[in-house]
Amino acid sequence: MIVRIMGEGQCTLADSHFAELNRLDEELLGEMESGDEAGFRRTLHALLDKVRELGEPLPDDSLEPSELILPAPDATLDEVRAMLSDDGLIPG
Amino acid sequence: MSGVMKRMGMIFRAKANKALDRAEDPRETLDYSYQKQLELLQKVRRGVADVATSRKRLELQLNQLQGQSAKLEDQGRKALALGREDLAREALSRRAALQQQVSDLEVQHQTLQGEEEKLTLAAQRLQAKVDAFRTKKETIKATYTAAQAQTRIAESFSGISEEMSDVGVAIQRAEDKTAQLQARAGAIDELLASGALDDQSGLAKDDIQAELDRLSGGTDVELELQRMKAELAGGPSAQQQALEGGTGQNQGQNQQQSHPRFDKQ
Repeated sequence: MIVRIMGEGQCTLADSHFAELNRLDEELLGEMESGDEAGFRRTLHALLDKVRELGEPLPDDSLEPSELILPAPDATLDEVRAMLSDDGLIPG
Repeated sequence: MSGVMKRMGMIFRAKANKALDRAEDPRETLDYSYQKQLELLQKVRRGVADVATSRKRLELQLNQLQGQSAKLEDQGRKALALGREDLAREALSRRAALQQQVSDLEVQHQTLQGEEEKLTLAAQRLQAKVDAFRTKKETIKATYTAAQAQTRIAESFSGISEEMSDVGVAIQRAEDKTAQLQARAGAIDELLASGALDDQSGLAKDDIQAELDRLSGGTDVELELQRMKAELAGGPSAQQQALEGGTGQNQGQNQQQSHPRFDKQ
């Protein structure tokens, strides 16, 4: 599966890693919903580190649609919440 | 998976599709997006320039205040030398007020300097992102153009194949018709040969037979004519002679055939 980290690029990840990533991802969603900024930051960084560690980076010039997308490391809880709101990432 | 990753991916795809669907040409969307990024970059750069200008203004103010402070210190020293302690006190108290202003401005200067550094870094990062986007945009545009060309080629190929199938159908039809005609001809021949079908055209008799019939028919007429002539001339011997005589050629043949008979006897 191809995962994009916003502002960094894409990498391919074997499906076998998803159980581990999924746990962090669910945790991140929970922290985002409860508004736990510190927990959100910690989990986001843990998730991004895990993706970087397990993934194989794709070259910048490859054109592959991302199946999963992760916020940039410096994204705040509010920014991510805004991205997931109705207006989404591209206005309109 | 229903976490942040999945939800962001879904929103991205939905929004991207919506944006692309709305645009007549996705290449235009990319160009528009690039234009927006350039505008954003321009804004950030303008921000950097504004902060730098404020910082310089603060520096000028600081220099000015420090100059005034030095001047007041100098005046206080001179006043003391002249025995005017009251004047010296006034000068030093003014200087103290200026010093407070200077330290306040110095804090502001430091803050502005930090902001400027951050903005400069942000501008550099944004510049790098915009550059990367430009490269990617050109790649996507080229891929899109290539895909369009491929589609066109595929379409022309399918058009050609349709035409070819039309030709194939025409050939098939012609072959079927030929086979049908051949079968029909064969069937008629068989029916004629078996006698089940009468030949109304007379074409079934070959031309050699027709000529022989014509010739034999003519000979009969000639023989009949000669017989009648002999009857009129008189006697059966004359009739016999006339019959045996026939044409000149026949007479020659009869003579040639009669000679060997005499030899044998």
